[in-house]
Amino acid sequence: MSQLLEAIDLVKRFPVRSKGRKKLLHAVDGLNFHIDAGETVGLVGESGCGKSTLVRLLTRTLDSTSGHVRFRGQGIGLIAARAMADHPLRREIQMVFQDPTDSLNPRYTARQTIAEAVHLLTDTRGWAAIDSAVEVAAAQVGLPPELLDRYPHQLSGGQKARVGIARAIVVKPRLLVLDEPTAALDVSVQAVILQLLDRLKREMAMSFLFVSHDLNVVRLLCDRVMVMYLGQIVESGPAREVFARPLHPYTRALIASLPGGHGNDADLLVGGDPQSPIDPDAHRCRLFGRCPRGAERCQTQAPPLREISRGRSAACHFVAPTEREVFIDAALTVHKLHLPPARRAALTTEFDRVADMARQVQSVRLPDDTAPAPQFRP
Amino acid sequence: MSALLEIDKLSLEFRTRSGIVRALENVSLQLPEGGSLGLVGESGSGKSVLSFAVLGIQDAAATITGGTIRFAGTDLLADGGSAMKTMRGRELAMIFQNPRVALNPIRQVGRQIEDVLLRHTALRGAAARARAIECLADVRIPDPERRYSAYPFELSGGMCQRVMIAIALACKPRLLIADEPTTGLDVTTQAAIMRLIRDLGREKGMATLLITHDLGLARDFCDKLAVMHAGHIVEVGPTETLFRTPAHPYTAQLVRATPVGQERLENLASIPGNLPDLRRGDLPPCRFSERCELRSPACATPLPNLVVSPGHLVGCHHPQARSSP
Repeated sequence: MSQLLEAIDLVKRFPVRSKGRKKLLHAVDGLNFHIDAGETVGLVGESGCGKSTLVRLLTRTLDSTSGHVRFRGQGIGLIAARAMADHPLRREIQMVFQDPTDSLNPRYTARQTIAEAVHLLTDTRGWAAIDSAVEVAAAQVGLPPELLDRYPHQLSGGQKARVGIARAIVVKPRLLVLDEPTAALDVSVQAVILQLLDRLKREMAMSFLFVSHDLNVVRLLCDRVMVMYLGQIVESGPAREVFARPLHPYTRALIASLPGGHGNDADLLVGGDPQSPIDPDAHRCRLFGRCPRGAERCQTQAPPLREISRGRSAACHFVAPTEREVFIDAALTVHKLHLPPARRAALTTEFDRVADMARQVQSVRLPDDTAPAPQFRP
Repeated sequence: MSALLEIDKLSLEFRTRSGIVRALENVSLQLPEGGSLGLVGESGSGKSVLSFAVLGIQDAAATITGGTIRFAGTDLLADGGSAMKTMRGRELAMIFQNPRVALNPIRQVGRQIEDVLLRHTALRGAAARARAIECLADVRIPDPERRYSAYPFELSGGMCQRVMIAIALACKPRLLIADEPTTGLDVTTQAAIMRLIRDLGREKGMATLLITHDLGLARDFCDKLAVMHAGHIVEVGPTETLFRTPAHPYTAQLVRATPVGQERLENLASIPGNLPDLRRGDLPPCRFSERCELRSPACATPLPNLVVSPGHLVGCHHPQARSSP
């Protein structure tokens, strides 16, 4: 699969004043990730962890402090948020907002709302053409045509959610960013909307970035999940695997907190509020103080996000290294190399590629995370 | 054993300009001393209206047209609710949905706890202050002395909800009504708050009425569930029984619509249709019948109240489950 969107060392800091002194709020703190074409990625984390800031950086409605965003290989991180309105790429990244009641213009009918997107973002002109585009989109989201001339207050919550989705997909984006699209809906309607999204994803070959705090929903809808805590990604991997075998204590706590009896109480977070995102201590793990496993080392050395096994990363000292990691570490030590995280990740990918090739050529025994006993022999 | 809270055939209407909304009809519930009951249903099903009616704080447009609410043997509706005035806040307390809205934004949170103590207890001055700090410590707020003088905006959502709980528990009530106590909070905070409510309830022998739309949450924290739909209680029973062998088709669909424990998205069921307009004059006896797959001519006749098994009641002509094993 090709990469649709890539974030490299993405950072956003907001200047704040605290007790008369200028400080920086680290909202998004050095994120590296990618979204493949046709992939659904879930972004999970508690309120205040920087999810919304990240979404705004990716949709280019907020300028980043540093770092890069690449969309289809093209750098879009430097397009000023104000210039994005007229940029041809704006069409390709669309958004579905959290509360359909708040995000629809109360004085526009459903038809006008959807037509406005067509008019502003595509080359379709003429009433008949725009109208037929609107009706196609409405059919795709299962909105009956007779409802198109209603105003938001005449529609139910589920119907409004459909209008919000139709408005986003009518311009045929490549990436759809969904910010808690079902949070405002009743459980009876939520199921239909989730199934609708799942169908659209397959029919239209779009990529989704699905922002949610509901791990149960993410597990069902997403291919991959990224867990965010205080501006950093603390774990990522295939959604089902992360849910079945969470590695990071924060992910474990999230799962243990879910109603319905997953995980156990020993994984729950301890203590009260999270650390302040204002000028955080770079040498301390962000979860320290709430982590049920916090140790001395977590206060003096922040754990970096490392690839534990293929496709699975976590940032925690307590996650035991796999055979492959030990192998790469040993190789780096032998060659006296110190690599920054991004370079190391590239090296790991290269290692996997070479290992795959070697396996094809002959049945060699190579360190691999599927090997039962991680044991390293130099 | 006599019930602590006993609601019998309660009906409530809202008189509005566009007609009479029959928000509650023949609602009956019992909650024993120290028990926990979950009231679940879609938004608009009448959960909050019912809890407001118990506390006598319903909207001015609401009229109770029939039935009784008894709390520890006292009729709460007699004499225009005069009995309620001394009991509300002391014997029965409520945690509201949104702590930021429910707390006074320009009063220190400690003071707000003291207000309750001054109203209902003999504590005054330093003693009241000391007790208020104790209340904050009870709900596991770190550094209660300092937090006493905090204003709501200085606290996180989870901390505000803890303050709400502290206010509700200040007079050691016998019944706590928690109306969606964790909506808008993160799952991690939700788990902490719900465990706090459960533990405090057990410590103090307090009964809890939990109002929620989250079936998973109700399953974790309640012994019994009551399912509401359009102002009716359609099914009541022990929590696990309702989950394993729901008798009412609405309960069965709610359970299947909840993503907890589901393996595939396709297995998630949705419930077709909407709640009926409660202003209609021709509401059928079963208000779910228009959304129901099992509808038959019998559904136009008055609803039975079937006992599926001891303590498991259902208001349906076509109960699905056999009596639970």
